[in-house]
Amino acid sequence: MQSISRPQKMPVIVKPNSFLAWIGRGGLILLALLIAYILLRNLIEKPLFFVTNIINGLQLGFVYALIALGYTMVYGIVKLINFAHGDVFMVGAFTSFFAIDRFKLHEWPLRAFPTINPVLGIALGTITTILLSMVVCVLLAVTIERVAYKPLRDAPRIAALITAIGVSFFLEYFGLLDFVFSARFIPYPRPFEVTTWYIADGIHLTQPGEPIPENAIVISNILIIIVILTLGILLFLQYLVRRTKIGIAMRATSFDKPTARLMGINVDSVISFTFAIGAAFAGLGGVLYAIAYPSIKTLMGVYPGLKAFISAVLGGIGSIPGAFVGALIMGQAEALTASYISTPMRDAVAFTILIIVLLVRPTGIFGEPEKEKA
Amino acid sequence: MDLSVLLSFAKIIAVIAYLYGLFWIMGLKVRPVTIAGKTLDLSLAINVAGVVVAFGIIQLALTDFGGFRILNEFDTGLLYQACTMTMVALGLNLIYGFNGQFSLGQWGFYGIGAYAAADVTYRWVNGDSSGLIVLGVGTILAGVIILLVGRSLSNLRRMPVLSSFTLYLLGALVSGYVAVLIGRWVSPLLNPLLGTNLEPGPLAQGFWLQIIYFLAVVFAGIFAAEISFLFGLPVLSLGSDYFGIATLGFTIVVYTLMVNSDTFLPFPEMRGGRGMIGIPKLTTWFWAFLFMMAVIVSMRNLIRSSYGRAMISVREDEVAARAMGIDVAGGKLLAFVIGSLFAGLGGGVYAHYIGFLSPGTFDFLIGFNPMIIVVFGGLGSMTGTITASFGWIFFLEGMLRDVLGRISPQAPSWRYVLYPLTLLLLMLIRPEGLMGKIEWGFLKIPVVPLRDTKQEGEVA
Amino acid sequence: MLLEVKDLHVYYGAIHALHGISFHIAEGEIVTLIGANGAGKSTTLRTISGLIRPRSGHIIYRGQDITLTPPEQIVRMGISHVPEGRKIFAPLTVRENLEMGAYIIKDKAEVNRLMERVFKSFPRLKERINQLGGTLSGGEQQMLATGRGLMSKPSLLLLDEPSMGLSPILVQEIFNIIKEINAQGTSILLVEQNAQMALSIAHRAYVLETGNIVLSGTAKEIAENPRVKAAYLGV
Repeated sequence: MQSISRPQKMPVIVKPNSFLAWIGRGGLILLALLIAYILLRNLIEKPLFFVTNIINGLQLGFVYALIALGYTMVYGIVKLINFAHGDVFMVGAFTSFFAIDRFKLHEWPLRAFPTINPVLGIALGTITTILLSMVVCVLLAVTIERVAYKPLRDAPRIAALITAIGVSFFLEYFGLLDFVFSARFIPYPRPFEVTTWYIADGIHLTQPGEPIPENAIVISNILIIIVILTLGILLFLQYLVRRTKIGIAMRATSFDKPTARLMGINVDSVISFTFAIGAAFAGLGGVLYAIAYPSIKTLMGVYPGLKAFISAVLGGIGSIPGAFVGALIMGQAEALTASYISTPMRDAVAFTILIIVLLVRPTGIFGEPEKEKA
Repeated sequence: MDLSVLLSFAKIIAVIAYLYGLFWIMGLKVRPVTIAGKTLDLSLAINVAGVVVAFGIIQLALTDFGGFRILNEFDTGLLYQACTMTMVALGLNLIYGFNGQFSLGQWGFYGIGAYAAADVTYRWVNGDSSGLIVLGVGTILAGVIILLVGRSLSNLRRMPVLSSFTLYLLGALVSGYVAVLIGRWVSPLLNPLLGTNLEPGPLAQGFWLQIIYFLAVVFAGIFAAEISFLFGLPVLSLGSDYFGIATLGFTIVVYTLMVNSDTFLPFPEMRGGRGMIGIPKLTTWFWAFLFMMAVIVSMRNLIRSSYGRAMISVREDEVAARAMGIDVAGGKLLAFVIGSLFAGLGGGVYAHYIGFLSPGTFDFLIGFNPMIIVVFGGLGSMTGTITASFGWIFFLEGMLRDVLGRISPQAPSWRYVLYPLTLLLLMLIRPEGLMGKIEWGFLKIPVVPLRDTKQEGEVA
Repeated sequence: MLLEVKDLHVYYGAIHALHGISFHIAEGEIVTLIGANGAGKSTTLRTISGLIRPRSGHIIYRGQDITLTPPEQIVRMGISHVPEGRKIFAPLTVRENLEMGAYIIKDKAEVNRLMERVFKSFPRLKERINQLGGTLSGGEQQMLATGRGLMSKPSLLLLDEPSMGLSPILVQEIFNIIKEINAQGTSILLVEQNAQMALSIAHRAYVLETGNIVLSGTAKEIAENPRVKAAYLGV
């Protein structure tokens, strides 16, 4: 450690392409080569297992993308890491759990119109359940925003961050109480049956009791639903933010709030709207996650929320395509680490990737360099 | 109102009053007196005497007078916890409050310190001296190498951070390897003196064990500091929020490594997720007080020095600080390393008080606590941090648990529902924290006030 | 009376920025506030448009007290504020910036018509319609900011330092356009450091010094006042 304030002696300037400058990059390149080698070797040795892992990672990544959108939009507009977002996701899953388990909400079309086509009935019922979860999440998020964040908009940023942590803790520890959600794992009743297909010389529907041939790639209807819904939402959001008036107002607000107000934009409504959209997708993500991995608990939102948040940062926080790409990377990293390195290490790997990416591109993959605002 | 509720409330008040008295007497300045023709400044003597008396008061309160103790076993635990929390939170306040680097990695360094120190003494009392030798030699060697490399690199300008990081990393790895070799060679010579767990040898009991404890905690702290140096070197160049996320990641990586310490890392005695047991409970009030006071005094002196002023100027305006010729990167790194050193020391003290380490203690969710304490007490106020640490432990772990436990056996879990609400309320009412930037007595520092750019009446 | 400001007191923390100023603007006028740095000119505008809350005093617009009305409401009432330093939305295109200016107008066709009107005044903006606001030059940004301010069909336009950082030719151009806008029926409250230019187009003027109005009168009177000449016109 050199003295902080003393001017230094005549320094030797390291040129950008000298040996010394390449030492650091060399290490990263070696690491990348090592990862590529491991992946390639596994791809060649057991290609089908590898593809199965990729598919698992896709499913996870698409769910993360749904949560990450909320993080990235909220951060984009109020520069707040909304730690409670993962818990909103949890509330979404639990809302659908109660709707299905206690009230059989997913069966209402079958009861109301007994002659309805059962597939259509279940589909309608599931959509109702999902919509209910989304509405509950939206109400929760908007309440949180109004009560905990809005009064602090002019306070130091850390104050809002601490209340975000506080809200998150409150939701978690309140949920952990025995008469609320409790700390147990709860089996989640899926609103519809999982159907899987396997691909081994042609696509086959898996029959109950029938053994799936080895080396077959299995695809489930849940995976397809998740992928289609997420892609649809992504397109919808891109349209919203790029083309609609409220979307442009969101971008204007995120850039400069006082000036946005001078345009007649109600900044508070725009911010609430952003929270609401993020929460709606988190609610959807919660239901889909619970259907895909049918076991829920109060703290289920912590790690997916964190991973989704990392995804948003990885892709460049504030950027919608960035959140999506980041989430896909995170999903793959998790699935591949779990298969090829060790399952418990996957959280460590996720963060290691994040740190390395941030070192190379300090504002994420799609992030714009931070601008100095006047 | 139950009497014991009043009593536990009185304890909180007493502890806070005790701390304020301590810092008052430590900061006391008296007029020089003339005795026998010589002018003597007795201030320092009074300050030191005050510390000794303060130490003695609690020591007395802990002493067992034939079955009667003022502070019972439970209170003693709270006291040690509060001391370690003070060290951790002060370190974080140095990093965030005084230097402006939003770090969530403090809990990771705390965990590193705890596990490293615990491993050394655990091995020692089980007749294996390799832990101390490897850790000691490794940290000293790595420290020397880091200083030497830093000396030679200081002549290089525009060296990419990643490259210098790689060089330091290589140095640290080499010193670690050398330390392991030395440990393999030296420790069998020493081991016979340690005896076994059941029959401790001459070096594994009494005075010598205390020395080993001291060394273990200090080396563990330095170890945490060196890791923070390696980690902080590249990561501190990130912007504030990104730095926060990266450090949060660090905490989680450390947690994951702890869970896998017996499989992924070669430490079967840490027993991974099941938790490390059998750590000798060597922390006494003497050590807890000593380490805490060392942290408080050194941090206060650091902040009063030119280094401290440089750190504060970095917090206020990085660009302006750089324009004034302040080595911004160096200042950030110094604050980060010293803050982590404090956390590591705190971890060592904690491990030997509790006697059992579980990765769950070092989960990142709990890792928000130091940050909350620092903000709660007031960013950039040592007094606030210390008050908040003690208040936090005695209120949340002591009083609330006690009071709620009386209502029903399930009620104590409600305290984690109540405390976020308290937090919310405090942030809404007083976003600048309990103490703001006010300091008390000994801790008073001529601090440049935070730049106040907020304008009254501005709505947007 | 279009706008009347009565005994306005504004504080920044402990600093008393406006010491009870009063002035008025009539329909169809260009009124200019001139004064040195820190006299409180921008503060006055920010208080009128609602960004800053005054501690006491009244702002009356068309007989309605708007002192505590939030800025987004004030825009709807017909006051448009072109802030100091232009404050273009840098990540938005020129078209999107203008659309934001017309945020309060629901009718799409009306927005397009207004946009055409802005392009008539500032043909340069039409060439750059899909360019990001942040990539425009200083003069173009000023045009965009002024155009954006006009998109809400204001009856009163608050202009804060439209000449800041522009070359003399551009300043002349901007001021001609301001005159033109006024000729089309928009009243203007112009804040300027370039007193000479401002007085040349204004009907009336107020001189602001450390939060007090020290002189007022027609632009001609003010321009001929010896104190003003010495202090602001550099004659």
